Amino acid sequence: MQTAAAWPQGVLDPQGPVAAAERTILGNATVIMLAVVVPVIVMTLAFAWWFRAGNRWARRDPEWAYSGAVEVTVWAIPALIVLFLGGVAWIGSHELDPRKPIASSVAPVRVQVVSLDWKWLFIYPDLGVASVNRLVVPAGAPLQLQLTSASVMNSFFVPQLGSQIYTMAGMTTTLHLLADRPGNFPGLSAQFSGDGFSDMRFDAIALPPAQFAQWLDGARTSAQPLDAAQYQALARPAVAEVPLTFAPVAPGLFQHIVAASTRTPAMPGMGG
Amino acid sequence: MGKLGWDAIPLHDPIPLVAAAVVMLALAGLGVLVTAKGWWPVLWRDWITTVDHKRIGVMYVLLALVMLVRGFADALMMRSQLALAAGHARGYLPPAHYDQIFSAHGTIMIFFVGMAFMVGLMNFAVPLQIGARDVAFPVLNSVSFWLTAAGVLLTNVSLVVGEFARTGWLAYPPLSELAYSPGVGVDYWLWSLQISGVGTLLSGINLTTTILKMRAPGMGYSRMPIFTWTALAANMLIIAAFPILTATLGMLLLDRYLDFHFFTNELGGNAMMYVNLIWAWGHPEVYILILPAFGIFSEVIATFSGKPLFGYRSMAAATLAICVVSFMVWLHHFFTMGAGADVNAFFGIATSIIAIPTGVKIFNWLFTMYGGTLRFETPMLWAIGFIVTFVIGGATGVMLAIPPADFQLHNSLFLVAHFHNVIIGGVVFGAFAGYTYWFPKAFGFRLHDGLGKAVFWCWFIGFWLAFLPLYVLGLAGATRRMQHYPDVSWQPWMVVAFVGALVILAGIVLTVVQLVVSVRTRDRLRDASGDPWDGRTLEWSTTSPPPAWNFAALPQVASLDAFWEAKRCRGGALPAAPGEGGRTLHLPRPSALGVVVAFFAFVGGFALVWHVWWLALAGLSGCVAAGLARAWQVEHEFEVDVVAGGRA
Repeated sequence: MQTAAAWPQGVLDPQGPVAAAERTILGNATVIMLAVVVPVIVMTLAFAWWFRAGNRWARRDPEWAYSGAVEVTVWAIPALIVLFLGGVAWIGSHELDPRKPIASSVAPVRVQVVSLDWKWLFIYPDLGVASVNRLVVPAGAPLQLQLTSASVMNSFFVPQLGSQIYTMAGMTTTLHLLADRPGNFPGLSAQFSGDGFSDMRFDAIALPPAQFAQWLDGARTSAQPLDAAQYQALARPAVAEVPLTFAPVAPGLFQHIVAASTRTPAMPGMGG
Repeated sequence: MGKLGWDAIPLHDPIPLVAAAVVMLALAGLGVLVTAKGWWPVLWRDWITTVDHKRIGVMYVLLALVMLVRGFADALMMRSQLALAAGHARGYLPPAHYDQIFSAHGTIMIFFVGMAFMVGLMNFAVPLQIGARDVAFPVLNSVSFWLTAAGVLLTNVSLVVGEFARTGWLAYPPLSELAYSPGVGVDYWLWSLQISGVGTLLSGINLTTTILKMRAPGMGYSRMPIFTWTALAANMLIIAAFPILTATLGMLLLDRYLDFHFFTNELGGNAMMYVNLIWAWGHPEVYILILPAFGIFSEVIATFSGKPLFGYRSMAAATLAICVVSFMVWLHHFFTMGAGADVNAFFGIATSIIAIPTGVKIFNWLFTMYGGTLRFETPMLWAIGFIVTFVIGGATGVMLAIPPADFQLHNSLFLVAHFHNVIIGGVVFGAFAGYTYWFPKAFGFRLHDGLGKAVFWCWFIGFWLAFLPLYVLGLAGATRRMQHYPDVSWQPWMVVAFVGALVILAGIVLTVVQLVVSVRTRDRLRDASGDPWDGRTLEWSTTSPPPAWNFAALPQVASLDAFWEAKRCRGGALPAAPGEGGRTLHLPRPSALGVVVAFFAFVGGFALVWHVWWLALAGLSGCVAAGLARAWQVEHEFEVDVVAGGRA
């Protein structure tokens, strides 16, 4: 698409299979809708102009208010289009179901995503590291994201990789993405979450596998551990000024965060 | 005084203080003027306590226009903030203030502009169109209006006493729960909508009953004007949808006031229930707004084409189809909440299905114009501008209805552009078309046509300037409700959008100018015929303005477009229904019930916001006492002599 270059870093500049498929659907839907919309606009303006009161050549038919053939046509045209788009919607919903793993010969990388007030925590449970506001991934490897929120609702979104999904406290959503090639793709929260919402931005950085391994090594050797105390500090409402890296990560931290949100508070006067 | 103290006044923030000062000065000036002219008795008797559906309709429209100015001031602040806050710049509105502004903008524009405008036009036109003397429950109608006004007042008081919600116009939990929004903002939002929502529900019951039970003799369903059809559909939607809103807000209130856990994560609560419930109301709500607008365009296009509406039965069927299907699509507001592919696909397809009856309507308007003799007066410009604008909004809506496309566009500025495309292009254009169309019926003189056209062009051009850039920015990855953004390449588009808002501002200013000029030159714009547009339906058969009783003799209806038929065959005289034509009629007396109930509802709502329990109790007691007092009143009617035109 020509337009992709005009708006880099947006949904028209996909860098992975999910976003690419979604751009195709978007493009197809646009073309289909324009095929109806443009003629309707032209007809509206043409009819209005031709049948203006001052036009001597227009043939008037002031009683014409019903035609079976026209009625059938005007119900049939939108119905056929919707039938077609309905097919696109059905197939697309299943093909691009966020829970559907991406087929690949490369082993998937698991990342647990937690939205905090107002920052993103990315935990790599199989690799023992975590980062804040920087999602570093190997290019070409499928990502299996499990998402929750330690605070209010947010929406995890990297436009160039595709498919945003909500993060909600006490619940886990699942999303599969893939970055085709190395690059730096802006990510954000797309669901308003309070005063620091506008700064809930992060970078999704896809690295060549070798560099990703280097990043992992660096994170493991130089970073501080993410334990309960460190997590509590992180969870305090504030914007993260700089990206952070942690290692090692307390095991089961993600599960602990999900469970903590649904914990029943102590009920005074109810015996415990 | 509960939580209320002097610290509730935002002395550190000049914007609301100046705004409030200006409003209070204007109100004081108005008060002085009314006092000096000795208008208070007239104002009280003919307007504040009136139960005449036409005057109540006019007051609704006036309320909507005033709130349009308030809501638009919010819009200008948002657009100017975003024109500035690119890169490292942070603009002039800190998040705590900016978040209130977009929350107030959405709330005010939907509930107090869109709803008030449409309810006002329906109130005014429907009884006239169906040949009735008033609505089914005239006093209840007054209560409905004043409750809406009480909600409006409560929302606006939040500007200077405390704060408004900082949660967005639908206040999703957990953000709107006490843990994250401990202030009074969400409570203002909740009580404003609870109070005005009761008014809307009562109004829906009233108009539905009126349409079902009070049509002129001979007006079967297949002879009902199309605007009345759309009003019936919209009011049935109100009856079905608004109780959901009241219940949902009620549950959030219980969460916030009595430590319930409907939507918190503890004790089995779940925020997703709120999201489902609020949209189970919220999606029908947009059709409550747009269906009457469709009706207005149908009347306008038929009238100014000099032709009957093409495919009338198809149009009525399409209206009812939209009415029913609008209840089956709510999940498309949150495809991204993690539902399975089957569920998302079902709701995506259901959403697209609404495009079928909507498309049918558009084609039928086209064929109404075909073969007609078109007069491009102001209402017709709004109608043509609507078709051109709305089809694009519809197209982007169908794109958003495809779940995988929505995964990319949800909550983006593309979405913001889409819903403004259908709400401005549909509801606002429709409201202005209806306002211009029925104004001469209400007041006996037309609005200035040239200025009306200028208003149209400002809105039309301003809309596209303001929202085309938002479509572009949405595709570039810009999301809604940002207070600032890092990508400076977005800034030029934001500046264009701001310029568009300024063009719309010119349209709003010209609306006021048009009203003033029209009133001052009303003798030149006078319409003595009662039928300035060569109309087709019954409202044009009576005088402008109509007498309090609308029709001296109720007409006998024998066809669709009964007045048009009468003009063609009998020189415009409609036959009187059997038993009509007497000299005297019984009319309902003016009643202060509405304004008294609304006063106490406002007091109660304000007290509940600030946890002033004794005052809340006083407010509630006042409402009940006013109702009881009404129940003990014996004389509800007075007799008029329709020939002499006064009390018998």
